[in-house]
Amino acid sequence: MATVQPVKARSAAAYALELQGVSRSFGALKALSDIDLRVASGERRAVLGANGAGKTTLFNAITGDFPPTSGRIRFFGEDVTSLPAHERIRRGLRRTYQSSQLFHGLTVLDNLFLAVRGVSRGRFSFLRPTRNDSSLEAAEEMMETVRMTHLANTSVSELAHGQQRQLEIGMALAGAPRFILFDEPAAGLASAERAELITVLDNLPEHIGYIIIEHDLDVALRVVTYCTIMHNGALFKEGRPEEIEQDPDVQRIYLGGGHG
Amino acid sequence: MASVLDETPRTNDGTLARLVRSLRWYYVAMIAFLLIYPLITGGFWTVQIGAQTLILGTIALSLMLLAGYGGMVSLSQLTIAGLAGYMIAVFGGASGGLGLGWPPFVAIPMAIAVATLFATLVGVISVRTEGIYTIMITLAVGMAFYFFVLQNREIFNAFDGFAGLRPPLVLGINMREANNFYFFCLAIAGFGYCLVLYLSRAPFGLALQAVRDNPRRMRALGFNIQAHRVAAHALAGFLAALGGMLLVWMNGQISPGSVGIAPLISILIIAILGGIRHPVGPFIGALIFVLLDNFAMQLIGGDRFNTVIGLIFLVIVLFSPDGVLGLWKMFRNRLRRQPQDSVESRTE
Ligand SMILES: Nc1ncnc2c1ncn2[C@@H]1O[C@H](COP(=O)(O)OP(=O)(O)OP(=O)(O)O)[C@@H](O)[C@H]1O
Ligand SMILES: [Mg+2]
Repeated sequence: MATVQPVKARSAAAYALELQGVSRSFGALKALSDIDLRVASGERRAVLGANGAGKTTLFNAITGDFPPTSGRIRFFGEDVTSLPAHERIRRGLRRTYQSSQLFHGLTVLDNLFLAVRGVSRGRFSFLRPTRNDSSLEAAEEMMETVRMTHLANTSVSELAHGQQRQLEIGMALAGAPRFILFDEPAAGLASAERAELITVLDNLPEHIGYIIIEHDLDVALRVVTYCTIMHNGALFKEGRPEEIEQDPDVQRIYLGGGHG
Repeated sequence: MASVLDETPRTNDGTLARLVRSLRWYYVAMIAFLLIYPLITGGFWTVQIGAQTLILGTIALSLMLLAGYGGMVSLSQLTIAGLAGYMIAVFGGASGGLGLGWPPFVAIPMAIAVATLFATLVGVISVRTEGIYTIMITLAVGMAFYFFVLQNREIFNAFDGFAGLRPPLVLGINMREANNFYFFCLAIAGFGYCLVLYLSRAPFGLALQAVRDNPRRMRALGFNIQAHRVAAHALAGFLAALGGMLLVWMNGQISPGSVGIAPLISILIIAILGGIRHPVGPFIGALIFVLLDNFAMQLIGGDRFNTVIGLIFLVIVLFSPDGVLGLWKMFRNRLRRQPQDSVESRTE
């Protein structure tokens, strides 16, 4: 890639995420082929592409849900390729899922409590949290951030779709995230909910970078500074939002895929 | 529904006051009944029915913890219990000058520790598998242990096993006396029950249930799900070992037959029969099992115990996958629903 390359060792941590030749196959299907990607720390990036382009697979490779079959992944300079998923999360990586992955038998607060505990001490604690337990307080704070405080004791199974998406984001913000992968957070949201989502994303602390997969260009291009287009498991194009919006190839591949 | 916040104090009054307030009448009645039970019954009912229910319930409780909270059906819980029993004989000594003859306060903790360690190893081996494979691996462990003790004379005394195993005197209390033994079993079963119930809403238990429901999501929250599962095996192993200790004292002997395939399956039947959604289930299952075990012969004559328990098991599980607990829930819901007779209440 045509970026300026300063001294290698020092520059490493300037990138939140560095992918080198990352590929992932499912049997004969090559869902990701030879992806080289760099995202600076604090950068906010959109990944666009038609259905089946490999966007979610890219996220799965980065988090370790489905580790890459070849290639290397660095997270803030550290090679995490061979680390299990939970170790990557403990280093500050977070994600949301395209279809909400929540604990339906538990309440909103419990879901957030688990998210907080997952990246702090006391995962194996036999003691029930007390009122001023720090994880519980952090979970309550997170509820405030995603505006769900009034739903604290509501079971997830009783939440509306939009509220589940909101909670999914809250789960990703728990602890001290350094970089977040949002997989179509706006999918199925009403326009008011979309506006709220954009507010939440824009209000994230500046040092937290993220990649957002989003079919809705109105959302995607409004919150990010740079875009990557994927096509058939490979990187296809990169550019600033306004360039991407005008690009005829993108119009054809992406918008022609039934969205927009 | 489990919640970390259930029963989390929001007020600042004392623990005791809270405890008293959270007591329901049926809890009080149940505790009172369990306490006076041996006083109104006699030796056979106290030990054969009462103590045995508590013991088998405790071993099945360890399976309930694994299967109910952790989604891991392990068939080797009785094997763990049996190993604890065997080690009590090996370390503490048995009749005929067998065993090492260590003093009880060394032999018993060592026996529990060995069994718990073994359970942890079984956990390490089995947590990488799911569902039916977990059942098969743990069954294989159980069968291997059975054949090992059957053939090994140096440690396990082969098919003869050990006899003359009696509980020690603790602080001058004679545990061999029926009522004392019953109360000792009640204390351990009560400890196990409260522990498992309490854990259901502690971070460890909450996470274990979440791992059962969505392991992938738990990994993406930073939990080491294998470690969580192994820890559950260790804890369940500890409970099973406590049950095994009581069982060997009640029977006074242990031999390969005590850890054969039939008793292995019995623990599964007890847990499923009672219900694995709540720690009270295994004890209900154990009571039914023990009553049938003792009275099936009088009721129908002959050696029909297995047929009867099998049929009852089939009927209950057919009507309610959650065992007797599930039946009770259905029954209660129906009672609540009757006076309303509205459409909405049926569609929930
Ligand atoms: N676990 C899996 N097993 C087998 N094939 C998979 C798996 N995950 C993804 N694939 C395949 O990899 C390809 C890329 O899928 P992916 O989910 O990454 O697409 P996507 O860009 O996220 O699409 P969408 O916009 O529909 O979410 C698809 O052909 C999909 O069928
Ligand atoms: Mg996708």
